[in-house]
Amino acid sequence: MNRIKELFEKKKNILSIYYTAGYPNISDTIEIAELLEKHGADMLEIGFPYSDPVADGPVIQASSKQSLDQGMTLKVLFEQLKDLRKHVKIPVLLMGYVNPVLQFGVENFCNACAEVGVDGCIVPDLPMVEYEEFYKGCFEEHNLSNVFLITPQTADERIHKIDGLTNGFIYLLSSSATTGKNLEVGDTTAQYFGRIKAMNLKNPTMIGFGISDRKTFDKACSYANGAIIGTAFVKAIENGNLEESVSNFMKEFKG
Amino acid sequence: MKYKVNEKGYYGDFGGAYIPEMLYPNVEELRQNYLKIIDDAGFQKEFHQLLKDYVGRPSPLYLAKRLSEKYGANIFLKREDLNHTGAHKINNTIGQILLAEKLGKKRIIAETGAGQHGVATATVCALRNLECVIYMGEVDIERQAPNVARMKMLGAKVVPASSGSKTLKDATNEAMRDWINNPVDTHYIIGSVVGPHPYPDMVAIFQSIISEETKKQLLEQTGSDQPDYVLACVGGGSNAMGMFYHFMDDENVKLVAVEAAGRGVSSGFSAATTYLGKEGVLHGSRSILMQTNDGQVVEPHSVSAGLDYPGIGPQHAHLFKTGRGQYVSITDEESLDAGLLLTQLEGIIPAIESAHALAHLGKMQFKGGENVVVCLSGRGDKDLDTYIKYFNL
Repeated sequence: MNRIKELFEKKKNILSIYYTAGYPNISDTIEIAELLEKHGADMLEIGFPYSDPVADGPVIQASSKQSLDQGMTLKVLFEQLKDLRKHVKIPVLLMGYVNPVLQFGVENFCNACAEVGVDGCIVPDLPMVEYEEFYKGCFEEHNLSNVFLITPQTADERIHKIDGLTNGFIYLLSSSATTGKNLEVGDTTAQYFGRIKAMNLKNPTMIGFGISDRKTFDKACSYANGAIIGTAFVKAIENGNLEESVSNFMKEFKG
Repeated sequence: MKYKVNEKGYYGDFGGAYIPEMLYPNVEELRQNYLKIIDDAGFQKEFHQLLKDYVGRPSPLYLAKRLSEKYGANIFLKREDLNHTGAHKINNTIGQILLAEKLGKKRIIAETGAGQHGVATATVCALRNLECVIYMGEVDIERQAPNVARMKMLGAKVVPASSGSKTLKDATNEAMRDWINNPVDTHYIIGSVVGPHPYPDMVAIFQSIISEETKKQLLEQTGSDQPDYVLACVGGGSNAMGMFYHFMDDENVKLVAVEAAGRGVSSGFSAATTYLGKEGVLHGSRSILMQTNDGQVVEPHSVSAGLDYPGIGPQHAHLFKTGRGQYVSITDEESLDAGLLLTQLEGIIPAIESAHALAHLGKMQFKGGENVVVCLSGRGDKDLDTYIKYFNL
C-alpha cells in the first residue's frame, strides 16, 4: 500500500515540509530528510531544482539556483536517494517542473522514483490533459501518486475532475500567488476552504503557500487534513548547523 | 491550414499550455474568448483603423534596387521599421490592448528584452489610458537606457528582473509571476509567438497583417502574390510568423528563418535554437529550446537583444521539424556587416535583429530574377551604440 494513503488514514493535522534537494550543500539531501523525520515531520516534499521556476518566489528560486550551481541534476538526486528507505520511513514526494522530467524520460523517471521508494510527485506545470494522456499509466504502474494544485479561482467542475485523477491528496493553494507569501484567512479564503470542505472530495487535502508558524499551521488544519511548509523552512536552514536549525524550526510545530 | 494550431492548442508535437494551476483561469479565459473577440466586426474595424491612422500601415514593400543588383535577385523589403515606435511589435500590442479592454482588464503587464516590445506596450497603454508595468532584465536596463527612458516617459513602471541571467528569459519569468499574483484584473501582453496556447496563435494572427499586405503589394508590383523566398529573423519569432503566415500553405514559397548564431554556433555564446536546442517545455509551451541534458535552460547570447532568447515559438518548431521552413543562423559580425551594407546601398539603417535576415542573402544562391521578400522588422536607431563601437565610427 502507498505510504501516503496510509498516513492520511491514521493521522490528522499532517505536517509536510518542502525543501530543495542539494541545498544548502549538495550532499545535504538525505541528512535533512532524516532530521525532519526525527523532529516530527509527517511527510516530505523534496524539490528537484529548475532554472526557471515561475510558480516559486525568490527564496525557493535562490535555493534552486544554488543547488544547480553546486551540480544538482535529477541523475545526481536519484543517486543520493538510492538508500532513502534505509534512512526515512515517512512518505516522500518529489516536486519540480516538467522539463527536467521530460529530458530524463517519463518512464525512466517513474522507474527511478519507484526504485528508491518515492511515493508521489508534484509537477505544477504539468497540465491535467497531458498527465492523463502521457503520464497517468506510467505513474499508476509504479504506484506513484500525482498531486494536483487547486486555487481559489479553480472552478468546481475542474476540482471534481482533479479529484478523480488524483490518488494521494490535493494541494490547496491558500491564494493564487507564488510561494513565500503569508497566509491570511480573510472571509474569501475561509469561504473557499469551506467550499472545498463541503465538496466531500474523495482525496484528502493539504493547504500550502503561506504557512510559516504554529498559528498559520493550526488555522490551515482547521480546514484541511494538514499543511505544507516550504519557503519558511528553506529560509530557516540557509545558514548554520543543520541539526540545530531543523530542530529549532520543528519545535514551533511539535512543541 | 495544416501548419495552423489544432483545437487542442498544438502545432504537430509542439504547443500546449504547460502552466501552473494558478495561471489556468487567466489562460483559459483568453482561450475561450480570443477568436470570438478578434473575429468580431467591431473589433476588426477598430484594429485596422488604428493600424492605419496610428501605426501608419500599410507599411511599404520596397524593391531595393542596389541590393538586388548586388545579389542578383529582386530583393523586396517589407518596411516594418517605418511603423510607429520603430518595429513590428506595435501590430501585436494594438491587437492585445483592444482585446484586454474587451475582457475588462484594468492593468497591463509585459516583458521586454531590447525594450522594443516594452515601448510598444507602454505606447498603447498611454493611448488607451491603462496602467502599465514592464519587466526588464537588469542587464538589459543598463544596455538599453533610451528605451527605458521612453517607457517611463510613456507612463509605464519599469521593474528590473534581477534573477538568473537578468535578461529577457528572466523578465518573462517575472511577468508570469506578476500574473499569478494578479489573476483577475491584469492582462499579460506577451511580445512574441511564445507562451502557453493561445498566445502563439493570437500573436501570429495580429502579426499576420505583415504577410497579408505583402501578398497584395507583390501582386501589384510583380503580377504575382507568390515570391520565391521570404526571409525573416527569429528570436521568439513574431515578425517571422507574421511574414510567413499567409505563405505557409503556398508550398512553392520557401520560408527562411534566420536565427542568431552569436559568436558562432559552437562558441558557447549563441542563440541558434534549432541548431543547439532539443524538444522541451519553456514558458508554457512545448517547443525547441537550448538546455542541458538535465533540462535546465541554457543562457543564450546574441549581439541583438531581440534575438537573445533560448527558445522559439511552437509554430516555428513545427515548421522546422516538418521541413516546411528552413532554419539557418548568422553570427554577430555577419549581421553587423549586413546592417552597414544596407545603410550604404539603400540609405536604411536596420535593427541588428533584421540585419540577421539581410545577412543570409549573401549565403543564398540565386539564378537571377527570383523574387525575395525580407522582413525589415525594425529600425536601427536603438542599435547605434553597437554599430558605432563595432565599426569605430
